[in-house]
Amino acid sequence: MDIQLKILRFNPEKDKQPYFQDFNVKNVSDDWRLLDVLHEIKGNYDGTLTFRRSCAHGICGSDGMKVNGKNKLACALLLKDINTKKTIVIEPLPALPIIKDLVVDMSSFFMKYEVIKPYLITNTPPPPNHERIQSNEDAEKLFESAKCILCACCTTSCPSTWTNENYIGPAAMLRAYRYINDTRDEGGDERLDILDTPDGIWRCHTIFNCIEACPKEINITWHISQLKKKLSSREM
Amino acid sequence: MIKTYDVVIVGAGGAGLRAAVEIPKEYSCAVISKVYPPRSHTGTAQGGVCAALSNMEEDSWENHAFDTVKGSDYLGDQDSIEVMCRDAIRAIIELEHMGMPFSRNDKGLIAQRFFGGHTKPEDKNDPYGKRVPVKRSCYSADRTGHVMLQTLFENSIKNQVTFYSEYFVTDLLVENGVCKGVVAFDIANSEVQIFQAKAVLFATGGYGRVFRITSNAHAGTGDGSSLVYNAGLPLEDMEFFQFHPTGLWKLGILVSEAARGEGGILKNKDGERFMARYAPSVMDLAPRDMVSRAIITEIREGRGIRGSDGTDYVLLDLTHLGKEVIDEKLPEITGFARTYLGVEPTTEPIPIQPTAHYAMGGIPTNTDCEVLLNEKGDTVKGLYAAGECACVSVHGANRLGTNSLLDLVVFGRRGGKAIAEFLKTAAFSDISEKADEKTRELIDRLLTSAGNERAVSIRTELQNNMMEDCGVFRSEAGLKKMIVKLEELKERYKNISIQDKSRVFNTELVEAIELNNLLNNAEATLYGAYNRTESRGAHSREDYPKRDDQDWMKHSFAFKKDSGAPEIKYKPVVITRYQPMERKY
Ligand SMILES: Cc1cc2nc3c(=O)[nH]c(=O)nc-3n(C[C@H](O)[C@H](O)[C@H](O)COP(=O)(O)OP(=O)(O)OC[C@H]3O[C@@H](n4cnc5c(N)ncnc54)[C@H](O)[C@@H]3O)c2cc1C
Ligand code: SF4
Ligand code: SF4
Ligand code: FES
Repeated sequence: MDIQLKILRFNPEKDKQPYFQDFNVKNVSDDWRLLDVLHEIKGNYDGTLTFRRSCAHGICGSDGMKVNGKNKLACALLLKDINTKKTIVIEPLPALPIIKDLVVDMSSFFMKYEVIKPYLITNTPPPPNHERIQSNEDAEKLFESAKCILCACCTTSCPSTWTNENYIGPAAMLRAYRYINDTRDEGGDERLDILDTPDGIWRCHTIFNCIEACPKEINITWHISQLKKKLSSREM
Repeated sequence: MIKTYDVVIVGAGGAGLRAAVEIPKEYSCAVISKVYPPRSHTGTAQGGVCAALSNMEEDSWENHAFDTVKGSDYLGDQDSIEVMCRDAIRAIIELEHMGMPFSRNDKGLIAQRFFGGHTKPEDKNDPYGKRVPVKRSCYSADRTGHVMLQTLFENSIKNQVTFYSEYFVTDLLVENGVCKGVVAFDIANSEVQIFQAKAVLFATGGYGRVFRITSNAHAGTGDGSSLVYNAGLPLEDMEFFQFHPTGLWKLGILVSEAARGEGGILKNKDGERFMARYAPSVMDLAPRDMVSRAIITEIREGRGIRGSDGTDYVLLDLTHLGKEVIDEKLPEITGFARTYLGVEPTTEPIPIQPTAHYAMGGIPTNTDCEVLLNEKGDTVKGLYAAGECACVSVHGANRLGTNSLLDLVVFGRRGGKAIAEFLKTAAFSDISEKADEKTRELIDRLLTSAGNERAVSIRTELQNNMMEDCGVFRSEAGLKKMIVKLEELKERYKNISIQDKSRVFNTELVEAIELNNLLNNAEATLYGAYNRTESRGAHSREDYPKRDDQDWMKHSFAFKKDSGAPEIKYKPVVITRYQPMERKY
């Protein structure tokens, strides 16, 4: 089948403004990933089309982009799951500066993630010759949040991010949850202090955009609500 | 411009990051990566990382070492294997202490599961008697690599490691056996940068993208091995490339061996559990080379299933495991089957085919990760390598599942330690302001070339033909045909041009350079395969079906020549305690 796409293009060396370019891609099949279509365009239609990708199966977090208005990973979206009768509209992730075409500057996203101290903080030394004991139940409580691939689909879909670029955002909070709830960690309070700031957790108004955007189907708002509960009980 | 660091680490996967964490604070250290560190390929590893922790049942590092030697089809260097298996237990505990989240057993210890080729003697008093599978693979559901990479990345943040993310390394500066640094460009603006360093560690990963069907990421283009090869240094055992038996049909996306470790069964079109014929004692848990050959044999003999596109597959059946086990232990990979093939693994078997997976060969090193200058064992001063790009030869002719993640943390750390030791007395070597000229010329040439070849067509032809003629089974005729093809592609490469002429985030430029690296890796692989007239581990010659210990208990070292075939020299295999035996399972 043939499909139509509209892709937002921008090359700072020559364009003042981003603009849409139309592509008519021939002989695709509905079991293709959207990423395969982008490769097809880059290989056979227009070598200048620029996007990031690596793993091609939804695990490295490189190819978040806006597809028909929603943030998606191009490699985890099959054509059969898109209405290909209509033109497919592809834009870069919102709320981050565009470097070129679908490539955005992720530095602020990674900075927010570093701010919440994404590593184990401990005072008690671990046992010298074996692992720390943790029940499987406790371990599994971390798995959903640890699944995050840092693709930024959530944070850039969040209305609070759009109105305040300093807002810490769902991905960083999810990572905070991952460590705060680790039975091995002793840095919970430090992180809660970081979340309890003007650009922190209280800017989340539970609008759920983030959950809808998350390609790993992480229940982000549930995790955020647990953090809010922890903070509220701490203040009491 | 020249930037100066005591240490430069190229690659931010498991090996590079583990090394970075080991560099003492008093030394300046930069980690360069062409993708953001957490996007590195280590993150895709699923099944596990092994160590004889004995958390589920009694086990020992010696059992692990024996399995690794046997799995390697006796090509692995036994001194390196001993180093790795002895250190495994400490290395896994250390990961746990760093914060890696593991699945746990009912005592709250790290959980372990079965994996192909991991066994122990049925009777402890008869160490070389009948062997049975053992639970040795430590895991975190089926996201082991993902959480390992994240833990190491986060520990690097804690240690304030300096990252150059989305910088592409294009040149290795070695002169007279001394390494002086590397040259890289910033992908965002194509600015070229010389990195002068006392020590450089390569941890650039594998080159699975040489093949059409592969589990490897697009970034798996063997850049490090190619740069080393271009610098006149040898590549070791490149003919040994592992095909993993269970890639999703048509796509090559990996379905981890953990699926069989948890009890999954391979079936042919008659519903027969065919592995019972090839490996009666361990069946579906036989090592990868054997299972991949069994699958291709089933298909060739007409017992595969013909798919809509005319290619064949066999089935991986998980349905009897039940939804609960599947959802708890294999959530990610069963998700891939649903998303990409529309198959529901709890009720339907998954169509699979062998997929190019892992490079056993690579940059030769000793157990301190020092890169070898030649087959005699002399080393390049200041140059180190670790992880999949390296060949310390723990995997020999065939890697056992879960031994790569282990290799990353054991040898990443050893590399870091060796560098720290070296830095105590090392000095900077003089470096010319013009050391970046080659890279500048390369970029300028590619940006202005008016040639009539496109990278994409050369790459596709390379991948299709390598898959056909240098894949699971090889023969002189096929390899000769492929050599002619490769030489043609190398010629055509000289004439490539790219459409994107911009200096901003030019991924077409990056891909063109990567293609040259693929061609280099293919060259060493192909000529190595042609040269080695025996079958051993993953290298299976139909015209020489037997292992030949008389003539081939040796590593190949390929040195690049100005054109055509590399020169191949040999280094003996290190044997400490295990004499070669027939490899049966
Ligand atoms: C799908 C899959 C599943 C696997 N599962 C398992 C498993 O369960 N257990 C196991 O033990 N092994 C497994 N493996 C194997 C294992 O994951 C890899 O061998 C290992 O992760 C490689 O790690 P590395 O650190 O050597 O390189 P990588 O993680 O591949 O990292 C390479 C790094 O080098 C950088 N780089 C490369 N070239 C350049 C350049 N030119 N300039 C700058 N930077 C560069 C990249 O940006 C990247 O940071 C699996 C492999 C695959 C493909
Ligand atoms: S729930 Fe919170 S974090 Fe998620 S989109 Fe809404 S405001 Fe943003
Ligand atoms: S939470 Fe989901 S959407 Fe957000 S960065 Fe992680 S994986 Fe991406
Ligand atoms: S390419 Fe890795 S997530 Fe899409």
